[in-house]
Amino acid sequence: MSKFKKKSGGGTPGISTASLPDIVFMLLFFFMVVTVLRQTTPLIENILPTADEVEKLDKKDLVMYIYAGKPLPRYQEQFGTEARIQLNDKFAEVSDVQAFIEAERASKREELVPFLTTALKVDGETNMGLISDIKQELREANALKINYTTRDGTAAANIE
Amino acid sequence: MAKRSAPEVNAGSMADIAFLLLIFFLVTTTIETDSGISRRLPPIDDVIDPPEIRKKNMFIVLVNKDDQLLVNDEPAELKNLRERAMEFLDNGGGVGEEACNYCQGANDPTSSDNPDKAVISLQNDRLTSYKMYIAVQNELVAAYNDLRDREAQRLYGQPYRVMEKNFADATWGGDKERLKEQLDVLKAMYPQKLSEAEPKKRQ
Repeated sequence: MSKFKKKSGGGTPGISTASLPDIVFMLLFFFMVVTVLRQTTPLIENILPTADEVEKLDKKDLVMYIYAGKPLPRYQEQFGTEARIQLNDKFAEVSDVQAFIEAERASKREELVPFLTTALKVDGETNMGLISDIKQELREANALKINYTTRDGTAAANIE
Repeated sequence: MAKRSAPEVNAGSMADIAFLLLIFFLVTTTIETDSGISRRLPPIDDVIDPPEIRKKNMFIVLVNKDDQLLVNDEPAELKNLRERAMEFLDNGGGVGEEACNYCQGANDPTSSDNPDKAVISLQNDRLTSYKMYIAVQNELVAAYNDLRDREAQRLYGQPYRVMEKNFADATWGGDKERLKEQLDVLKAMYPQKLSEAEPKKRQ
């Protein structure tokens, strides 16, 4: 029986990780505040063209998104390689655009409807024929405010 | 009997839970705000006769299916388009009532009378690529904005684009009403008259 207990381990004491959750929560709240939930999963290739004379689209709740482009490789077997329209996670036809606009309008408060903007997120390689058809449908649905969503960059970068 | 103290809840896995949440939010959210070229489509019920526009007041931009440009019946390059459009808009060839006293162009009588009369017409093929279309749109909008920049600098000592940005900025501390009046003056000097023809049907 020894009188003195041996002092256990002379090594450096471990760093306390008690405040780690706090740090992570801080990061979590930061991201929750500055970001918005992604509305749709793209089913199409969506490399936007570049432009520099742009306006910001604030007020995300007042924006309707119409996607268009070539289907992603894993959908090409089913939907082909021709550029398609995507509305709300589904492939759609040009004739569905008006119904989509009406549905979006119905889901918004009435006084906000005149401020709705349609954002066209279209892949750069798409032919203008499809875009013209969409625009014609939008005119018929009387959704006249549109925004061609682009990436930052010069116009000349598009044709390189 | 001695009172037993309540056992502490182990908080060691709290960090893991928080990380899990963090990663979930990182994956499902987007950080960027969308930006792009804003346009207004013409309403569909414009069956009234279009006003007569003299040929010299038209700046016709055609884009064919191979993304080549034709400006006023001669081939052109995208990099010269902005300059050409500015020359056309800023020409100020009108006389008398139609004269333009702030234009600095060549006063060529065969080009536009004044910026108010000048119309840019854009026509594309159904096979034109979208990125070329955006590039052309961008250059044409830039031509207007460059001219407005110049006049804004002359009249108010700051570029139009800065004023526009201030106007959209909710935290900007200046006098918004005055700024709006100034912007309206500039917009009236160089009104954006960009007409888009419906693309030709292909047989």
